[in-house]
Amino acid sequence: MSGAAIDVEALAAASRRRRARERMLTHLALVLGVAVFALPIWITIVGSTHDTDTIGRGDVPLLPGGEALHNYTTAWFQGGGGRNTFAVPASTMLLNSLVMALLIACGKIAISLLSAFAVVFFSFPLRMVFFWMIFITLMLPVEVRIIPTFQVMTDLSLIDSMTGLTLPLIASATATLLFRQFFLTIPDEYVEAAKVDGAGPLRFLKDVVLPLSVTNIAALFVILFIYGWNQYLWPLLMVSNRDLETIIVGLTKMIGIGDTQNEWNLIMATAVFALLPPVAVVVLLQRWFIKGLTETEK
Amino acid sequence: MHRRTLLTGAMSLGVAAPALGQSQPIEIQFWHGLANPLGGLLEKRATDFNATQTRFKVVPTFRGSYPETMVAAIAAFRAGNAPHIVQMFEVGTGTMMAAGRAVKPVHELLAETGIEIDFNDYLPGVRGYYSLSDGRMMSMPFNSSTTVVWYNKDAFRRAGVDPDKFPETWQGVAEILPKLKAGGGTAVPMSTAWLTWAQIENFSAIHDIPLATLANGFGGLGTELRINNPLVQRHMAALVDWQRDGMFRYGGRNNAGEPAFPNGEAAIMFTSSGFRARVQREARFNWGVAMLPYYQGTPNAPINSIIGGASLWVMNKGPAAGGGRSRDEFQGVAEFFKYLSNPEVDAQWHMDTGYVPVRRASYALARDRGFYRDNPGADVPIEQLLRGGGTLTDNSRGIRLGGFVEIRTIMEEELERSFQGQQTAQQALVNATNRGNQVLRNFERANRG
Amino acid sequence: MRKKVIFRGAALPYLLLMPQMAVTLVFFFWPAGMAVWQSTLRQDAFGLRTEFVAFENFLDLFHDPIYLNAAWNTVIFASSVAALALGAALFLAVQADKQIRGAGVYKTLLIWPYAVAPALAAVLWLFIFHPSIGLVGRGFGALGIEWDYRVNGGQAMAMVIIAAAWKQVSYNFIFFLAGLQSIPSSVLEAAAIDGARPMRRFWTVVFPLLSPTAFFLLVVNLVYAFFDTFGIIHALTRGGPGNATETLIYKVYVDGVQNLNLGSSAAQSVILMIIVIALTAIQFRFIERRVHY
Repeated sequence: MSGAAIDVEALAAASRRRRARERMLTHLALVLGVAVFALPIWITIVGSTHDTDTIGRGDVPLLPGGEALHNYTTAWFQGGGGRNTFAVPASTMLLNSLVMALLIACGKIAISLLSAFAVVFFSFPLRMVFFWMIFITLMLPVEVRIIPTFQVMTDLSLIDSMTGLTLPLIASATATLLFRQFFLTIPDEYVEAAKVDGAGPLRFLKDVVLPLSVTNIAALFVILFIYGWNQYLWPLLMVSNRDLETIIVGLTKMIGIGDTQNEWNLIMATAVFALLPPVAVVVLLQRWFIKGLTETEK
Repeated sequence: MHRRTLLTGAMSLGVAAPALGQSQPIEIQFWHGLANPLGGLLEKRATDFNATQTRFKVVPTFRGSYPETMVAAIAAFRAGNAPHIVQMFEVGTGTMMAAGRAVKPVHELLAETGIEIDFNDYLPGVRGYYSLSDGRMMSMPFNSSTTVVWYNKDAFRRAGVDPDKFPETWQGVAEILPKLKAGGGTAVPMSTAWLTWAQIENFSAIHDIPLATLANGFGGLGTELRINNPLVQRHMAALVDWQRDGMFRYGGRNNAGEPAFPNGEAAIMFTSSGFRARVQREARFNWGVAMLPYYQGTPNAPINSIIGGASLWVMNKGPAAGGGRSRDEFQGVAEFFKYLSNPEVDAQWHMDTGYVPVRRASYALARDRGFYRDNPGADVPIEQLLRGGGTLTDNSRGIRLGGFVEIRTIMEEELERSFQGQQTAQQALVNATNRGNQVLRNFERANRG
Repeated sequence: MRKKVIFRGAALPYLLLMPQMAVTLVFFFWPAGMAVWQSTLRQDAFGLRTEFVAFENFLDLFHDPIYLNAAWNTVIFASSVAALALGAALFLAVQADKQIRGAGVYKTLLIWPYAVAPALAAVLWLFIFHPSIGLVGRGFGALGIEWDYRVNGGQAMAMVIIAAAWKQVSYNFIFFLAGLQSIPSSVLEAAAIDGARPMRRFWTVVFPLLSPTAFFLLVVNLVYAFFDTFGIIHALTRGGPGNATETLIYKVYVDGVQNLNLGSSAAQSVILMIIVIALTAIQFRFIERRVHY
C-alpha cells in the first residue's frame, strides 16, 4: 500500500519536474528571443553614453558610460554629426516627424471616415466606381510610383514643404475599407431612429457614427501614426531643405558617406530619440495597436 | 471643417515665400552640397561677399550631398524654379555641359556683364576640367582637390622601410608591401578610398593614357571607354592579387574606407588631398603625404593628376523661353564669382579647408605666408597637379563623360566583384567598358540635337 | 450586406468623397498614368529633349543582366526575409502562447520592434555588424573571419535580410499569437489525450489551423520585403557591393534619382505595379475566402 502511494507521489513529482523543466525551456526561449530583439537597442543606448573616440576606436562598450547627458543635450540642441552635415538639432527633426506623422494619421482618418460614410450610407450614381477607385490605390504604394509622383510634386511646386510631405500620403484605401466594414455593422435601426428624429446625415455622422467609431479611430491612429513616423523614401526625395528634415531621414544622413568622421555617439543618441515616440505609442497603447493591426490587416 | 484646419495648418508650415521689398538687395540663390565644417566655411564666403556691397545678397543653402544637390537643382529647373548658382561635383560636369539652355556658360555670363576673371592664372588642371576644348570656361572652378598618398611613418619605420621617402613607382610599392605586412604592425599594408577616382581616373591621367576616346569625352558625345587597356589591367590585377594576399584592402565606395588610415589599420591610404584636416586631428602617429606612384617604364609618366571636387554652375530659372533671369541677377552672380576668384579669398579658402588653391597667385600667397613650412606636405597635391610641366594632354585635362556618376558606380560594382574573387580584373574591365558604353550611348541619344 | 436604409442627398455624398478622390486622382492616378506614359519615352535629365521609343525601355530591361540580377536578388531577399521572419515569429508565438507566468511581459517586449522604421532598424544593426565599430563585426574579426559587408556581397545580403526580418517578426508574432489563441482549447486537449507528442501535435493539429494566418502573413511579408525595405538597403549597403543587394525597388530609385534615366525608371515602376497588382489580387482572393470560412 505504502509502496504504491510513494510511486504515485514519485510519478507526480517527476511530472512536476518535467513540467517545470518545460516551463524553464519556454522561458529560456522567450528570454533569448527578447534578448535578440533588444540587443541592437542595448548597444545603441550604451553607445549613446560614451564619447566619440571610444566608439570610433572600435572598443565596443557593453556597459553605459558617463557621457549620456552631454551626448543627449548635444544631439537635442545642436544636432549630431556636426562634422558631417549641416547639423539639424534632433529637436527640430523630431518636431518635423511629429507634425508629419500627426498630419498623415489625422488626414487619413478624416478623409477615409468621410468617404466611407458616403459610400455606406448614401445611394448615388457611380458609388461603386468611386469605391473601386479608392480600392485600387492599394495597388499603388508610394514606393512604386515614386519618381512620377515626385515629378507631379515638382509641377505643383510642392517640393520642400510640409504640404508636399504629407498631402500625397493621406489617401488611404485601408482606412476607408476598415471604416466601411465597420459602418456596415451599424444596425439599420440606428439610421431609422435618426431619420425619425429628423436628423440629417451630418447630424447622424456627428451624433451616432463618430461616437461609435472611437475605438476604431484610436486603433487606426496608432497604426497610421507609426506609418507616418516611419516614412523614409518619400521625405528623402521630397525634402532638401534641412529645416524640414525628419528624424528618420536625418539620422541616416548623419552616417557620412561624405567627407568626414561619424560621431557615432551622437548618431546613437539621435537613434534613441527617433525610436522613442513610436515605441512609446506601441507599448503604451498596446491594446489599440493590436486591434488596429489585426483589423486593418495592413 | 476638420480637413480645412488640417490643410491650412499644413500650408502654414510650408516654405514661407521670401519677402520682396522694393529696396531689398537682389537675392542670388546659391545651392551647395558641402557638409560642415566645409559648408560653413563656404557659406562664410557668401556672407563676406554680401558685406562688401549692398546691391546683391547671395543666399547659400545646403542641399544635401552632391548627388542630392544635383537632383534638387534639376527638379527645380523643371519646375521653373532653379537656383542661380549650383555647386556641382566634377563627375556631374558632363551632364551639365550637355544641359543646353538649362545652364548659362560662365564665359557668356562674364562677357555679358563685362566682368573679367583672369583664368590664365588658374592651375591648368583646374581650368581644363571646366572649360570647352577651345578654353572657354563653362563653369566657375571652386573647391578642388586631387588624390594623393597618405602613409604611416611609424609603420614604415617598424617595417624597416625609409619613412621619409615614399616609393615613386608602383614597382617600389610592390617591394615594400610584404615588409609592411610582416613588420608594419597595421592590420593591412594598403587601402584606398575613391577607388575609381584614385586608381583609374587619376591613374590614367598621370600615365598619360586615355580613359575614353575623343580626348576623354572633351571632343564630343560619341566617346567610348578605353579603361580596358594593358596598363589599367595590370594595375587592377595587382590590386586584386594584393587583396587576395592580404596586402591591400578595398574599403568600400566613395571615401568609406578612409577611417582605416587615422585609426592605424592601414599603413598606406590613397585618397583626397582634403583628407588632411582629419588626419591632423585624429592620427596618433607620424604621417606623411606623397605623390601618386606610377609604373616605371611608361612613356611620358608621370604627368599631372586631375582634380576632383566641384565647380559652380549658373542656371537659368526654368525651361521657359529666355530662361527667366534678369540682367541684374546675372550681374550679381558674376560679381560673386569675381569675388571668389580674388587670390586673397582663394588662398584663405585653401588654408582653411585643405582644398588646393585654384590660382597660381593664391598658391604663391600661401607660400609667402609660410603655410607650407608650418604644414609640411600641404603643397604636395598642388605640385602633383603641376607635375610634368603643367601642360595638359588630352588624357590629363579631365573627364567629360555624360552619365559619369553612373559609370563610376558601374566601374566600382564590377571591381567589387573582382575583389570578392568572382571575376578577374580583366573581366571586370571588359564588363565595365560594355556597361559604361551603354550609358554613354543612352546619354548621347538623349542629348543629341 | 447592403444597407436597407440610406440617406438621400444629391451633392452631399460627392462632397464627402471629394477630399479622398482629389488626393487619389492627383497623387495616385496622375503619377501612375505618367509612369506608363514615361515608360515609352526617352528624355534627358532636364526635360528639354524627348523621344518616343514605345516598348524599347522594357525590352532593354529584359536584356539587361543588371536588371535581371536585381530581380533575382529580390527573390532571394524576399523569400529569405519571409522565411526567417515567419519562422522566428511562429516559434516565439508558440512559446508565448503556453500558460506561463509573465507571458504578457514577453509579449510587450516582443512587439515593439514593429514601431522601428526600416531605415532605423538598419542603423541599429549597423552598430552590430559594422566591421570596425560593431560588436559582432569586431567579434568576427577577432575570430579570424573576414567580415566586411562593404566588400563581401553574401555578407551584405545576409545583413540586410537579418535587419529586414528582425523588424517584421513582431508583426507576424502578433498575428500568430492571435491565431493560436483563437484555437479552442478543447481541440488541443483532445489531441493531448490521444497521446500525441507535443511536436507531432503541433504539426498535425495546430499548424493546419494556423495555415490561413500563415498564408496571409506570407503575402504581407513578401509585399513588405519588396517595397518597404528600401530604407534598410539605402541606409546599409546602397545596393552594393557590386549590385549584390540591389533589389527592384532600389533600382527604380537609383535609375530615376541618381542616374536620371527617367524612361527606364518609369518602365521599372510599371513592372512593379504589375507585381503589386498580382500580389494584391492573391491576397484578396484569400481574404475573400477567409470571410466565408
